[in-house]
Amino acid sequence: MSELVFYGLAALMLLSAVAVVGLRNPVHCALALIAHLCLIAVSFAFLGAHLMAALQIIIYAGAVVVLFLFVIMLLNLGSDPGDRSGPGLVAAAVTAAAAMAGLVGVVVWRGLSLGEPGGRGLARGDGFGSTVEFARYLFREHVVAFELTSVLLLVAVVGAVVMARRDPDELEG
Amino acid sequence: MSWRAERVTTPAHFLVLSAMLFAIGAVGVITRRNVIVIFMSVEIMLNAGNLAFIAIANQLGNMNGHAIVLFVMTVAAAEAAIGLAVILAMFRNHQTVRADEIGLLRN
Repeated sequence: MSELVFYGLAALMLLSAVAVVGLRNPVHCALALIAHLCLIAVSFAFLGAHLMAALQIIIYAGAVVVLFLFVIMLLNLGSDPGDRSGPGLVAAAVTAAAAMAGLVGVVVWRGLSLGEPGGRGLARGDGFGSTVEFARYLFREHVVAFELTSVLLLVAVVGAVVMARRDPDELEG
Repeated sequence: MSWRAERVTTPAHFLVLSAMLFAIGAVGVITRRNVIVIFMSVEIMLNAGNLAFIAIANQLGNMNGHAIVLFVMTVAAAEAAIGLAVILAMFRNHQTVRADEIGLLRN
């Protein structure tokens, strides 16, 4: 049963990823990206990471893709017929990517021995994936990274404002 | 009758899926010319990595993988904000978002 769910989920994730990469209109790509990110959140929940599933939806589908859509709308981008790479480049890229993914897939499938097969999934009952357990790890072992992240976000906000604002000389009084 | 394993979706399934998603994102980065779609393909690659982290964290019962994923999400959000600001500035100066029409680093 869980295998059926997994294969259905995997098929939808691959389909939405191919849609993001292949669709011509950037707005359609952004919508496919929202679908893909929500499916990733479903995968996280499937793997018992409930807090991360919620954060994935809030941060990625709720903020990052909205930012993408704002910029696409601001720049008034539509389908660009010139956004087609030559068939040689597409064939080379697909071949190289398939070779890489195939290599990783074979190595992982044959060689992975992390203990008992099968993950622990949804209802573990021992708090795995919950906010409390997550906080125990985040604020004990990763507290330095956490503080540095706050500095990173401040720098990102300042940098984005500086990059995106208009030059004061351009604006007429 | 319990001859069938209770859960047959191993982490290897998710890691292979993660590799395939990463490859799809890489094809998008190489093939597309619209810088915003290139950016979206990079997001797909980042999420493929996150999926791998969560799958291994599930297998090992160790939530450090979740903390790493949080940091990856945060850095990706900051990168998206700054990258989109750069795209706005680029469009303001060159009126294009096509990667092959911007040759600023060429002499």
